[in-house]
Amino acid sequence: MRVSILGVGLLSAGLEGWLNGQEILRGGLPFSPTSLPDPKADLLPPNERRRSSDCVRWAVQVAQEAIVQSELDPREVATVFASSGGEMGILDTLCRALATTERIVSPTLFHQSVHNTAAGYWGIATTCQQSSTALSCYDDSCAVGLLEAVTYATLEECPVLFVAYDLPAPEPLHGARPIAAAFAAALVLTASETLPGPTMALRLLPGEEGPVTTVPDQDLERLRLDNPAARMLPLLRAVALKGRHTVIMNVLDDQRLAVVVDS
Amino acid sequence: MPQHERRMTPLTLSAYTLVTANGRGIGPVSQALRARRSGLRPCDFEDALLKTYIGRVEGLEDFSLENGLQRFDCRNNRLAWLGLQQDGFMVAVAEAKQRYGADRIAVVMGTSTSGILDTEHAYANRDPQTGVLPASYTSRYRYTHNMFSLGHFVRACLGLRGPALVISTACSSSAKVFATAARYLRAGLCDAAIVGGVDSLCLTTLYGFSALQLLSAQPCRPCDEDRDGLSLGEAAGYALLESSDKIGRKGAVALLGYGESTDGYHMSHPHPEGTGAIRAIRQSLKRGGLQPSDIEYINLHGTATRANDTVEDKAVFGIFGETTMASSTKGWTGHTLGAAGITEALIVAVCLKQGFVPGTLNCERVDGSLRSHILRANVDRPVRRALSNIFGFGGNNCSLVLGVL
Repeated sequence: MRVSILGVGLLSAGLEGWLNGQEILRGGLPFSPTSLPDPKADLLPPNERRRSSDCVRWAVQVAQEAIVQSELDPREVATVFASSGGEMGILDTLCRALATTERIVSPTLFHQSVHNTAAGYWGIATTCQQSSTALSCYDDSCAVGLLEAVTYATLEECPVLFVAYDLPAPEPLHGARPIAAAFAAALVLTASETLPGPTMALRLLPGEEGPVTTVPDQDLERLRLDNPAARMLPLLRAVALKGRHTVIMNVLDDQRLAVVVDS
Repeated sequence: MPQHERRMTPLTLSAYTLVTANGRGIGPVSQALRARRSGLRPCDFEDALLKTYIGRVEGLEDFSLENGLQRFDCRNNRLAWLGLQQDGFMVAVAEAKQRYGADRIAVVMGTSTSGILDTEHAYANRDPQTGVLPASYTSRYRYTHNMFSLGHFVRACLGLRGPALVISTACSSSAKVFATAARYLRAGLCDAAIVGGVDSLCLTTLYGFSALQLLSAQPCRPCDEDRDGLSLGEAAGYALLESSDKIGRKGAVALLGYGESTDGYHMSHPHPEGTGAIRAIRQSLKRGGLQPSDIEYINLHGTATRANDTVEDKAVFGIFGETTMASSTKGWTGHTLGAAGITEALIVAVCLKQGFVPGTLNCERVDGSLRSHILRANVDRPVRRALSNIFGFGGNNCSLVLGVL
């Protein structure tokens, strides 16, 4: 399955946007993750933005960055959102409330606690009515999400916005799932073959347990390991580097996803 | 022509099983449907003091997962385990493994809240000094509450080594698993797929829906003029999907089409004109190469909230008119949220196999403003093709067309 990459979005401390981020991934600029970004996500209507969680703003920010580059009408683009744990911050608030005698739950927080909250907010902001899938595969959510997005784009012949995001959970939930750094990235993919620009071809390798692709910079490699969504870094680096590169991603420890990027 | 306007190869449900408040396995569930026996009871879940009815599966409190599965132990995975034991499902999967190999069978599961009940318990048992969660919980979060836990558990129980994921799009979760599995099969990523869904009762959904003022104080009454909200339930269901080119025995139930869409409107209110729902239904018909008149029965999402039933009726009437039989089966099971997709797909499978259509349980007087043919009483009649609608939070919609080969 081969798709064209029409747009990329990227957000993490020290990687604010694809323009700056690809330079860092290429090694042209140093990676210095000093301050935590506060994404504008200004595609969200002000009311929705005010109510939105950090996860929603991070996911929407990279989604809108990628969609703008793609020059596609977002209403024509299906979506796949991959996250290991979704709205961990909201789950923390809900579980705190449920542990009190009164158990007073905010109705807004409740409907924002679903795994497809970011996907839903994106749909509301763009009025898109295409298919939207939110999924998880624990540490391999990014690879499996990519597979879902590429399969959809190829078989349903509809461009797909793929978003991977995970944010650190607040304490005490952080103790159960220690994600150390926030990360979100997005790709706009289409199966159309005639377009210029980078492409990628995916192949699932069953029974394969060999090494996965890492990133050479130590700090970026730590980020890759610190956050399931940041498992996308080697792929993003391959897009940034130009030329042909094969990226191997882990899938459930007994399979690998081979992604050949031509850029 | 885009793919969603092309006819798909039907996918045979070569084995399937379902556990709901009505009982364990297809037999008890279909007997309850026939006898019009609801599984709903006044809320007796843990210490939840809510005036509502629930579709609780009995016995989940009475055992724990053992034999190497201890780390997965939580209400959701117990229910998942119970589901796997029914109707010879595990034997059917073992046979499929012989045919295709463990790495050629995908696991595509749906759930909305996974094992969140364990996290709720852990928060209630935080260290009073430090606020830290119990270590017995944190070390098992991955296997209980994490959204992929159910996929991990089912894959481990069945000894499969193919691709696996959990789809979590609120109530549409385990309807969308059919669509993803259909794509996996067509892309050659697998030769068979286990699709399914498990969602279990928890305080989050009970108090959350209560906060949204969407829980009825009575057993839910879908499409009734006095309906005033839903009843929550829990369920586990699975189907083994294979291409009908390979396993296509006459009379078998198969997935003929699927449609996926979103409302792009609101997180918890459906689009007032049902445009997202209409899109999903139309797509599912196109994928099946079918006209609206080919559908003989519609299993409605029919949650019994004022808004859902009104908007769904608008969408259904707009496409099918006033003659196609339609009913909601939530009066039997309650709204099983992330398991509603598989629950209702398999109830439809029972109707197709046994030649009957369930009338809407607890619907005394059909809301006069609804224009579709809302069925109140059971009807004995062979049905060859039926539609199942599932709509969820985030405006996430999925329609499935099932039929007899």
